[in-house]
Amino acid sequence: MYVATKGGEAAIEATHGLIAEERRGDTSVPELAIDQVRNQLGRAVDRVMTEGSLYDPDLAALAIKQAQGDMVEAIFLLRAFRTTLPRFGATQPIDTSKMIIRRRISAAFKDVPGGQILGPTYDYTHRLLDFGLAKSDQAERVAPEATATDPTMPRVTDILGAQGLMQAETRSEPEAEPFDLGRQPMSFPADRDQRLQNLFRGDEGFVLALGYATQRGYGRNHPFVGEIRMGFVEVVFTPPELGFPISIGTIEVTECQMINQFQGAKGIEPMFTRGYGLAFGQSERKTMAMALVDRALKASELGEDRDHPPQDEEFVLAHSDNVEAAGFVSHLKLPHYVDFQSELSMLRGLRADALKTPGQEAAE
Amino acid sequence: MSSNSDLEKNPNADRAEWMGVLARAHAQSLAKCFDTISDPPDFRWLRQPEVGAVMTRGRAGGTGQMFSVGEMSVTRCAITMESLPDVVGHAYVQGRDIEKAKAAAICDALLQTSRRDEIWAKVIEPLRSEEKERHLKSRRKAGATKVDFFTMVRAES
Repeated sequence: MYVATKGGEAAIEATHGLIAEERRGDTSVPELAIDQVRNQLGRAVDRVMTEGSLYDPDLAALAIKQAQGDMVEAIFLLRAFRTTLPRFGATQPIDTSKMIIRRRISAAFKDVPGGQILGPTYDYTHRLLDFGLAKSDQAERVAPEATATDPTMPRVTDILGAQGLMQAETRSEPEAEPFDLGRQPMSFPADRDQRLQNLFRGDEGFVLALGYATQRGYGRNHPFVGEIRMGFVEVVFTPPELGFPISIGTIEVTECQMINQFQGAKGIEPMFTRGYGLAFGQSERKTMAMALVDRALKASELGEDRDHPPQDEEFVLAHSDNVEAAGFVSHLKLPHYVDFQSELSMLRGLRADALKTPGQEAAE
Repeated sequence: MSSNSDLEKNPNADRAEWMGVLARAHAQSLAKCFDTISDPPDFRWLRQPEVGAVMTRGRAGGTGQMFSVGEMSVTRCAITMESLPDVVGHAYVQGRDIEKAKAAAICDALLQTSRRDEIWAKVIEPLRSEEKERHLKSRRKAGATKVDFFTMVRAES
């Protein structure tokens, strides 16, 4: 049957008006400003920048406001905007050993050079609702100051690596251009560069669940937090017209180095192995989960059995992106009238046939 | 943070240093310093301000294989001055602030001329010390959260 699919323009226009009204909400309440979102909902901004794959706090804040706080929608908006920007090139790799550190902890070594710096963390709060925040008093909150932390601190994994107990991070010589999901379609088998970029942009909930699964036994690899560090790093870029590297800005990142046990395998001696997590802003949970999954995805390189979903790169990489996932799930809302009509008439036909010959199915 | 080894090695270290200070400065601070420059030059665009992105890269484990991290918004432009058409001022600055990029490009041009000392004193030096102060404050606040471990000694009877 032919089904006409025209119309709906007026309804669509009206729904745009309705979301605009709902987004603004009660007009007796002051409207949310972008700098309020950026300053006071910073962790939401960090997540949208990371999974939206664009470091721009103002745009991420705008996306959050526009999406009424729907994070996956905000990430989609930022990703879509990102495609409109001309690409000037790629930067030098950020150097996290030169980070201006705001937080730095190790669960593996108590007396790590530079010390354990808690920084801004919810770890030692009681997770009780603070009703004081429900009142909007204008009281200024000032954090205490003390002796400044060391300007730079050695990475814990570099200290262990120097003792030869740790799987080395290697570079090819000469170095290949890294994979770029913004420009290239996913391909398998995926090298570490593609896996890390995919996990960086991957949905926090999905990556967290997979990381959790490895801890519960689905690809266990006995992790320790070697180090988490958070702070500011410089971004260095060589404009082609200048021909020499210049610093073009500063970004806040979180890095997690996971240390994992490894019993050894055929031709590989026992050693610590590593998982790496990185994210824009203060995104500690995401980086920890990413490091667990990064390690799990090394299964085949280390000769481990690949029995569980977190070790299966096609399963992980193909399903981590929430823009793609939401898109494919959401497409089910589009009109499928014709498809459904054909299914309906087929089902009616089958049922009619079955009724004509009663008892035959049971006999088979 | 200007101790980046790649910057130190390059012969344009001086220019790279000031371009970095201009790029990392807060837009309002740069605007304020820029306003103190007496008689800013007439300029013309060699490249109109353009907002784009660079792909930031990282290394696996911080030291290993390179990978694409995510993009960062950047504004670039280039100018030349009517009085000294051979001097080109470039700007590549994080974010989408066109005024900031314009001020950075004009300063870059002036710093290559005989007005270097004036611009250095009025713009680069204040911005550099503001950045240093900002980092120090951040490190002092982090320092207050540094854990002091103490070991309980059990009394032997």
